[in-house]
Amino acid sequence: MCQVSTAPLRLVTSDDRGVQLPADTTRPVVESETALKAMLSGLSGVDSVGAEARAAKLATRSLKKSTKLWALDLAISMVDLTTLEGGDTHGRVTSLCTKAMHPDASDPSVPSVAAVCVYPDLVAHARSVLGASGVKVASVATAFPSGRASLKVKLLDVRDALDAGADEIDMVIDRGAFLSGRVGQVFDEIVAVKDACGAAHLKVILETGELVTYDNVRRASWIGMLGGANFIKTSTGKVGVSSTLPTALVMLEAVRDFAESTGSLVGVKVAGGIRSSKDALRYLVVVNETTGSAWLTPDRFRFGASSLLNDLLMQRLKQRRGAYVRPDEFSGD
Amino acid sequence: MSYDPAAESVSIARLKPSYGLFINGDFTVPSAHDAFVTLNPATEAPLANVAQGSGADVDRAVKAARKAYDTVWSKTTGAERSKYLFRIARLIQERSRELAVVETLDNGKPIRESRDVDIPLAAAHFFYYAGWADKLDYAGYGANPRPLGVAGQIIPWNFPLLMAAWKLAPALAAGNTCVLKPAETTPLSALVLAEIIQQAGLPDGVVNIVTGDGSTGAALVDHPDVNKIAFTGSTEVGRLIQQRVATTQKHLTLELGGKGANIVFEDAPVDEMIEGIIDGIFFNQGHVCCAGSRLLVQESVADEVLRRLIRRVDQLRVGDPLDKNTDVGAINSAAQLARIKELTEYGEVEGATRYTSTCVLPDKGYWFAPTVFADVAQSHRIAREEIFGPVLSVLTFRTPEEAVAKANNTNYGLACGVWSEKGSRTLWVAERLRAGVIWANTYNRFDPTSPFGGVRESGFGREGGRHGLEAYLNV
Repeated sequence: MCQVSTAPLRLVTSDDRGVQLPADTTRPVVESETALKAMLSGLSGVDSVGAEARAAKLATRSLKKSTKLWALDLAISMVDLTTLEGGDTHGRVTSLCTKAMHPDASDPSVPSVAAVCVYPDLVAHARSVLGASGVKVASVATAFPSGRASLKVKLLDVRDALDAGADEIDMVIDRGAFLSGRVGQVFDEIVAVKDACGAAHLKVILETGELVTYDNVRRASWIGMLGGANFIKTSTGKVGVSSTLPTALVMLEAVRDFAESTGSLVGVKVAGGIRSSKDALRYLVVVNETTGSAWLTPDRFRFGASSLLNDLLMQRLKQRRGAYVRPDEFSGD
Repeated sequence: MSYDPAAESVSIARLKPSYGLFINGDFTVPSAHDAFVTLNPATEAPLANVAQGSGADVDRAVKAARKAYDTVWSKTTGAERSKYLFRIARLIQERSRELAVVETLDNGKPIRESRDVDIPLAAAHFFYYAGWADKLDYAGYGANPRPLGVAGQIIPWNFPLLMAAWKLAPALAAGNTCVLKPAETTPLSALVLAEIIQQAGLPDGVVNIVTGDGSTGAALVDHPDVNKIAFTGSTEVGRLIQQRVATTQKHLTLELGGKGANIVFEDAPVDEMIEGIIDGIFFNQGHVCCAGSRLLVQESVADEVLRRLIRRVDQLRVGDPLDKNTDVGAINSAAQLARIKELTEYGEVEGATRYTSTCVLPDKGYWFAPTVFADVAQSHRIAREEIFGPVLSVLTFRTPEEAVAKANNTNYGLACGVWSEKGSRTLWVAERLRAGVIWANTYNRFDPTSPFGGVRESGFGREGGRHGLEAYLNV
């Protein structure tokens, strides 16, 4: 029953009543591709009009004052600062890692980011720069971004990155296999990569832009989670369509349902096209109102981004000083 | 993560201490004893004094409307009428923030809803009917259809500005002049609209706005020189109006109550369906004639749906309507709150299982926590009577045939929702539902192009679309 408060008209602060975890954690066993297919087609469909409307409504939440400050700092601590270019060099990676550890030269109170994300052959150098700073080294692998190589080659790619010192592996699923119905193969590859990872964290990139439909995003999310992903990730950032709010919503709903049926809490990483603090905070609202505050930590939510960081710093400084500074106030990288 | 207060500013409303009537292009000066106070239902604080329109005031308004019709408006071409309507639509958009705050203060609905739904839709109705004013020959009613003359329009308190737009826009587009009677508890946004109408330069007397209580409405219904009565409100009052109008030559359309069935099949898209149920009954605090106030859920998935629904209900943010993060606002009046409480208490007595949100309600103002009743039977009062509040009655069904039978087992017939991923089943069910509006995998979606209205005791006549013109043409 409701209690009537004597406080003046104040907004209710909603507690974390989202996820109802089971008493024990169970690891679901996938017996066969047939069983996996049956399970996937048994999942509820996603109505795209409804999902987009829900995301749009969540985007109207207004984060002000201390909530906004807290959220900006949280977002900074969730960034996987990324460089994935053919022209990457040691110099580039040194700059990136330095910024990752101290994003704002003038303000040591700014938290460091969660991780740096690079190609496998730059992992060793990133590791040497980051040292024991606490910023993780994430490496893309498995023939990123296309995933078009044999499993043998993909696993070698993973081992290379791990040997060089990567803490986290961002793999890509085989979209060709998924779209042609070979979900068993998609699943097996994830299991094999997770095996190779050992203690390292595995992020499974679904490449939602190539999956196109929300139903596919939901199914691929489940394959990733069943396969042992620590995180499911939206995109490589290398194709046209990257992360969108409704896509993240659908993935978070899958993560919530998976947590409720198995007790395992899988994280979500959104990557590609997230450039402004406004966007980032909208994602945090979606996390808050779908999976709840247990996911509002870098251990369970990440932003794969590069230019986002400076906008977060800009907004953070503006909240504190009351005015915007010029972009050159912050280092370019 | 808890959200800090994010309140919209009251000063944007530019409220005046008192408002007169809008007759023949001018605002009357309200006198002290012919006034009543309109309150902010979220705080019970008075907002402004508003004039109580007397029989004489109604008479003056109808005379002004008649004169405007005879001498000006019936001689104004459709293209010219369009221009006024476009201008009004643009002015609504320009003053949208002010209108949204006024609406939220006077009605109690969240600012997010007035800002994102009520005001934009009101402007959209004026834009839409502006487009029809010069194309009536093509509306499907024959060449050169004529207006009815003077329209008397009585609107409810649940969507004050939007209902004014739904009434005025088609009436004016078709060439009628109007006397509008806003609801007693929500007169303010209509009075701001009166300012906009003045600003738009609409000729004097084409639109007149007479505020007041039920007696003002009765005077309008009974006035011998009104050609058309349009009423939106409760079925009880609609019935009375129909009786009074029966011996006259007046044309009549009624948009009345409902007990909408939101039908959920086992293959519904789960997360969107939960949102749809929530939107169906908690949007606008459930003060919606077409609210999905009955959830008919397939028995095979009832437990899981209820579990997810209750979890979601608990996440609804109930509180200050001016806060941009509020989901559910205040109940519009003490009278409405009392009615909701009475029926809800009866629901427990009848034996339904009650779940109420654990939200904390403010101590001042009219508030009711979102409530869900499970194990409801068709024979319960809470399954048959319109509560008009944030209360959902959950019933189950086994087969599509049973869903249709239960959905139709009511004297109302305004709206229904159908949730399924199987298109053939959605169409099969929709064909058999007795309702004026059927939503598939959604709920409470409105558009000026889409005709809205009910069957049976939910009324007759349509608002919106080409069909909405029929109510205001002599066809």
